[in-house]
Amino acid sequence: MSTTAPIVEMTNISITFPGVKALDDVSFRMFPGEVHSLMGENGAGKSTLIKALTGVYRPDSGTTLLDGRPVTFASTAAAQDAGISTVYQEVNLLPNLTVTENIVLGREPRRAGRIDWAACRAHAAEVLTRMGIDIDPGSLLSSHSLAVQQLVAIARATSINATVLILDEPTSSLDADEVKELFRIIRKLKDDGVAILFVSHFLDQVYEISDRLTVLRNGRFEGEYLTNELLRIDLVQKMIGKEITVLDALEKRSSDDAEDTQESDIPAIIEAQGLGRRGAVHPADISVLEGEVVGFAGLLGSGRSELARLLTGIDRSDSGTISFAGSPVKFRTPRRALSDRVVYASEDRRAEGILGELSIRDNIILALQADRGWFRPLSAKRRNELVDSYISTLGIKPANPDALVRTLSGGNQQKVLLARWLAIAPRLLVLDEPTRGIDVGAKAEIQKLVVNLAENGMGVIYISAELDEVLRLSHRVAVMRDRRLVAVLDNDTLTTDDVLAVIAEGQDLEDAS
Amino acid sequence: MTLLKRITSSKLFWPIAMLLALLVIDVIAFPGFFTIQIREGALYGSVIDILRNGSPTLMIAIGMTLVIATQGIDLSVGSVCAIAGAVAAAIILGSPNPDSVGTTIVAIGTAIAVSLVLGIWNGALVAVIGIQPIVATLILMTAGRGIAMLITKGQIITVSSDAFRYLGSGVIFGVPFAVVAAAVTVAFAGLLTRRTALGLFIESTGINARASRMAGIRARGLLILVYVFCALCSAVAGLILTSSQTAADANNTGLFIELDAILAVVIGGTSLMGGRYSLWGTVVGALVIQTLVTTVYTVGIPPIVTMVFKAAVVAAVCLLQSPKTAEYLNAWRRRRVLRTEVAAS
Amino acid sequence: MTLTRTQPESTPGTIARSARGLHSIRDVFTNPKYGPVIVTGLLLVGMFIYGMSQYRGFTNPQIVVNLLIDNAHLVVLAVGMTFVILTAGIDLSVGAVLALATMMTASMAQSGLPAGVIIPLILVSTTVLGLLVGVMVHYFDIQPFIATLAAMFLARGLCYVISAKSISIEAPFFTMMGQTRLRVFGLSITPSVIVAVLVVIIAVILLRYTRFGRTVYAIGGSEASSTLMGLPVARTKVLVYAISGFCSGLAGVLYTFYTLSGYALTAVGTELDAIAAVVIGGTLLTGGYGSVLGSVLGVLVLGTIQTLITFDGTLTSWWTKIFIGALLLIFIVLQKVLTLRRG
Repeated sequence: MSTTAPIVEMTNISITFPGVKALDDVSFRMFPGEVHSLMGENGAGKSTLIKALTGVYRPDSGTTLLDGRPVTFASTAAAQDAGISTVYQEVNLLPNLTVTENIVLGREPRRAGRIDWAACRAHAAEVLTRMGIDIDPGSLLSSHSLAVQQLVAIARATSINATVLILDEPTSSLDADEVKELFRIIRKLKDDGVAILFVSHFLDQVYEISDRLTVLRNGRFEGEYLTNELLRIDLVQKMIGKEITVLDALEKRSSDDAEDTQESDIPAIIEAQGLGRRGAVHPADISVLEGEVVGFAGLLGSGRSELARLLTGIDRSDSGTISFAGSPVKFRTPRRALSDRVVYASEDRRAEGILGELSIRDNIILALQADRGWFRPLSAKRRNELVDSYISTLGIKPANPDALVRTLSGGNQQKVLLARWLAIAPRLLVLDEPTRGIDVGAKAEIQKLVVNLAENGMGVIYISAELDEVLRLSHRVAVMRDRRLVAVLDNDTLTTDDVLAVIAEGQDLEDAS
Repeated sequence: MTLLKRITSSKLFWPIAMLLALLVIDVIAFPGFFTIQIREGALYGSVIDILRNGSPTLMIAIGMTLVIATQGIDLSVGSVCAIAGAVAAAIILGSPNPDSVGTTIVAIGTAIAVSLVLGIWNGALVAVIGIQPIVATLILMTAGRGIAMLITKGQIITVSSDAFRYLGSGVIFGVPFAVVAAAVTVAFAGLLTRRTALGLFIESTGINARASRMAGIRARGLLILVYVFCALCSAVAGLILTSSQTAADANNTGLFIELDAILAVVIGGTSLMGGRYSLWGTVVGALVIQTLVTTVYTVGIPPIVTMVFKAAVVAAVCLLQSPKTAEYLNAWRRRRVLRTEVAAS
Repeated sequence: MTLTRTQPESTPGTIARSARGLHSIRDVFTNPKYGPVIVTGLLLVGMFIYGMSQYRGFTNPQIVVNLLIDNAHLVVLAVGMTFVILTAGIDLSVGAVLALATMMTASMAQSGLPAGVIIPLILVSTTVLGLLVGVMVHYFDIQPFIATLAAMFLARGLCYVISAKSISIEAPFFTMMGQTRLRVFGLSITPSVIVAVLVVIIAVILLRYTRFGRTVYAIGGSEASSTLMGLPVARTKVLVYAISGFCSGLAGVLYTFYTLSGYALTAVGTELDAIAAVVIGGTLLTGGYGSVLGSVLGVLVLGTIQTLITFDGTLTSWWTKIFIGALLLIFIVLQKVLTLRRG
C-alpha cells in the first residue's frame, strides 16, 4: 500500500498552549484507501493533532501537505472544502432538523436563488442508499438512535466527496451490532479510496479495522506501524511507556488481600436485589462486603456506571431493593445516600465533580458541609485542620488551600474530589473511572489509596475501562454486558482473557442466532 | 509594583475607581458636594441624597445578587415593588384608622406576606418546574403589573398615613430610614450567607448544579429561598418607594428598577454566569448608579438622559468582563510584539 | 433548560426501523415542530367560537382584519423576534427601539424632511443598532439579554434626548398612510397591514428557502455543531439581531401611521408582548423549533384576548396583562413537557 503517495503528510508539527507543549515534533501520514488508527492515552495529543489537521488549531511549526501541496486551513470550513471531513465522538449534528437537512446543510442545491428541496431530498436519499442506511430522510434526526445519528454524520461527511475522513471515537456509544454496521460502511468507503483516520479506545476494534497505526505519547511521536506487524502487548507498551513496572508492584499486594477476604462471615455493607431501571440497567443482584473491592468490568455503555448510580441514589431505580448494613433503605437522592455514607465519585469530573471557580478548601469541605446543613457551618479551625490534613496525606499540589480548583491538573483535581468524599468517612465508596485522564504517578497513588481504604474496612466499587486495573485491585469482578449484570467472578486466578471471554460471550451467542 | 498589582487585580478595584471618578466630577462641578448639614435632627446633603435615593435599588440588587449567583435572574422585582405598594396602600385606604401604627404594621405585614408568596411562585417555577429564570420571572413581570392594577382598581392611591410615611421620610439618629433599611438588608444578607454555609451552597450551585447535587446539596430549597429573599427585598423597597411618593402607582412604581438592580450587580463584579458573588461589589455598584444619576444632574444634563449613560456603562462593563475581550487584546498585543521583533531583526 | 438530544434505547437490529413517524394523534401534539402551533390554532378557534357565542359583533369578519390593523406593528416585531429566538437568543430592546423610531420619525417630520428620506434613514439606523448588538452577542460572548438590555436603555435614553414630550405628526404622507382604507374582498384594511403581510411572506421565504434561514434553525439546534459543520454562524448570528433591529424600526414607522405621533414612553413592555406572541406561536425559547406563521398566530391570540376583554366591558384592561402572563406560563410549561418527552 505504501507504494501510493500519501494523501496527507504532516511533518514536524508542534503546538504549544500556555504552559503545555501539546504536540512536540509529531509526524503523521495517511494513504488513500487505508484506515489509519491514531493511538495514545488521554493527553497524548490525539485530539490536538486532529484539530491541527482540520483547521481548528494553527500549528506553531511544521508543514502539512495535502495531496503533495502545502496547506494551512484557517477554519474547519476551509478544511472541509479541501476534502477533509470530521465526525466527532458526540454526534455534532442538529437534532431539531431532518435527516435530509443534516446531510445537505450549508451546501443545499439551489434553483433561482432558492433552496431546491426536491433536489435536497433526492441527494440525501441517494447518499443514504449508497451507504445502505434505510431510514426516512424526512424524519427528524432526534427521532433516531445515537448509532443512526452517527451514520448520518458519516453520510454528511462523505456526501461532499471527502478524500480524508476523520472518525474521532465513533464507536464509544455504539453496541456490537452498531459497530458492525459502522465497520461495514468504513470498509465501503475504504474501497472507494477514502483515507480514514480512526480513533478508538477499544483495541479489538483498532485491530479489526485499521491497516496502519501511529502512536503518540505525551505529545510526542512514538512511531508508525503496520497493524499486522505490531503485537498488542507491544502497542500497549508503546502507549503507556515505562510505567507498567510501577503498577506491577501494587498487583502482588492486592492479590494477597484477596485471599484474606475469602472467608464468608464478613458482613455485607450493601446488598441490592433486582435493582434496575428501564432503559438503563436490567434488574441485577449485587453486594459489597466490608473491606471488599468489587470491580465493575464491561465496555463503555454496558451499564456499569448506570448500575453504580442506582446503588448510590444518583439516578432513581424503578425496581428492586437495597439493604444497607442489614436494614432496607431507599436511596432516592444522592443526599439520602450520602447521609448513610454511601458515595458515588463520578467518571465525569468536570460536569459532576469539581467546582472549578471555588478554592481547594471549599471543594473539599463541600460534601461534609452539605451533610451538616447550611445552618451549622464548620468552624474555621476545624475546616483548616481537615483541609490541611487531606492536602498533605493525598499530596495535593499546589498545597495552597485557597488555590482555585480549575487551575489544578487533572490528577490533583481528582485528589481534591477524593478528599471531598473521604472527608465524610464513607462506608461504601464508588469510584467511577478514577484514574482516567490523569498522569501515571497520580494513578498509582490513587490505586494504592483504594487498597488502603479497603484494608480499613471500607467497601469499594471500582469501575474502570482498563481491565488490568480492575483485576489488579478487586476481590471480586462484576461483569456487565448490554446493560445486564452477567457474572460476578471471584478474583483468585482471574485473567483479563477470562473477563474478556465473559464480556464477549453474548456477542457470540447473538452471532449464532 | 506588587502592591499596586494586588490593588488593581482586586475585583472591587474597577467599581470603586468608577465611583471615585464620578465623585471627583461631582466635586469639580459642585464644590460643596460633600457638605453635610444637620437640620431638625436629620442629615442633609448630596451624599445623603445619593444614599437615600439609592437605597431601594441597593436592597433589590442585594436580593438580585444572590439570585444571579445561582445562575438565575429575577425580572419581576419591579412588579413585586408595585404589588407590595398597592397592597399596603389599599389596606391603609380601606382602614377606618389610617394614621395608626397598628394599621401600618398590618399593611406592611400583609404586603410582605404577599411578596413571600410571589417569591415562592418564582422559585417554584424555576426550581420545581425547571423553567429558565429569565422566562419564569418574565411571567410575573408581565402579569404582576396587572395584579397591582387590580388591587388599586386602576387608580393611583394616595397614601396619607403618618405612620406609613415614616418608611420613606423618617430618620433614625439623623440617618434616613431608607438608608438604615438598606444597611440592615446588606448586613442580613452578609450574615445569612457568609456566617453560615449558605453562601458556599449558593455559589457551588451556581457554578455547577449537577456536581453540587451529587455532593448532597439540595438545590430546590436553596433556589426557592433566594427567590423568596429577592421578593422580600423588592417588597421592602416597594414599600419605601410608595411611602416616599406618598402614592401607590401600579404602572410606575419600580418601573425599570430590575435593570438598575441587574446593572448594580454586574458593575459590582458578580458574573451573570452565576457562581461567586460579592455583596460589597453590589453595594458599590448600586452607589455608582445612583451617583451617576446625581452626577448627570449636577453637571446639568437633563436627568432623564441618564439612561443613555447607563446603557454605555452596561456595555462597557460587560465588554470589560468578557473573556473574549481579553483574548482579542492579547492577540493584538502579541501581533504588535511580533511586528516589533520582525522590525528589529 | 437545555434541549437534550434524544437517545431512544437502541436494540440490536433496529437501526433501520428506529425512525418514528407521525403516526398517532399524540405524536402530532408532542412533535416539537407542530405540537405547540396546533395547540395555538385550536386556542384561537376556541376563543373565536366563544366570542361568537357571547357577542353578536364577533361574527363580523372585519373583527379579524381589525386585529391585524391594530397589531400590524406587533406582527412585524414578532417576526424579528422569531429570528432571534430561533437562534436561542432574545431581544429585549424591540419596544424601546420601536419608541425611538416613532420619536425620530416625528421629530424629522416636524422639521420638514420628506417621508422618502425619513423612513430609509430610520430603517438603516435601527438595523445598525441591531448589528452592534449582534456583534456584542457573538464576538464578545455577552448574553443576548444583557446586550439587548443595554440597547433598550440606549434607545429609551435617546428618545428622551430627542424630546420628553409627545410630538404629533402632521406630515401629509403619514396622515394619508394612517387614514387610507383599502377595500379587499369587501373588508377594509390599512397600508400597514399590507406591509406587515409582506414582511411575513419575506420572512417565511428567508427561513424556509435560503441557506441563511436554515442556518438560523441550525444555530438554535446547536451552535457548536453548526460551527463544526462549517456553517456561517458568526455572520448569521449578527444578522439575526440586525433583522430584529430592522423590524423594530419598521414597526415604529407603522406605529406612527397608527398613532400619528412620537412619544418616548410609547410601547413600554411591548418586548414582552412580542416574546409572548412568539412563544405562544410555538417557537421554543431554547431555539431550533418554530415558525413565523406561528408567531402571527400568537399575535392574533393576544389581539383576540384584548378584543374579548373590550367586548366584555366589565373586565378592565389590566386583565389583558394577567391573561398574557397566564398564557405565557401555560405555553412555557407545554414546551417544557415537550422537550422532556423528547429529551
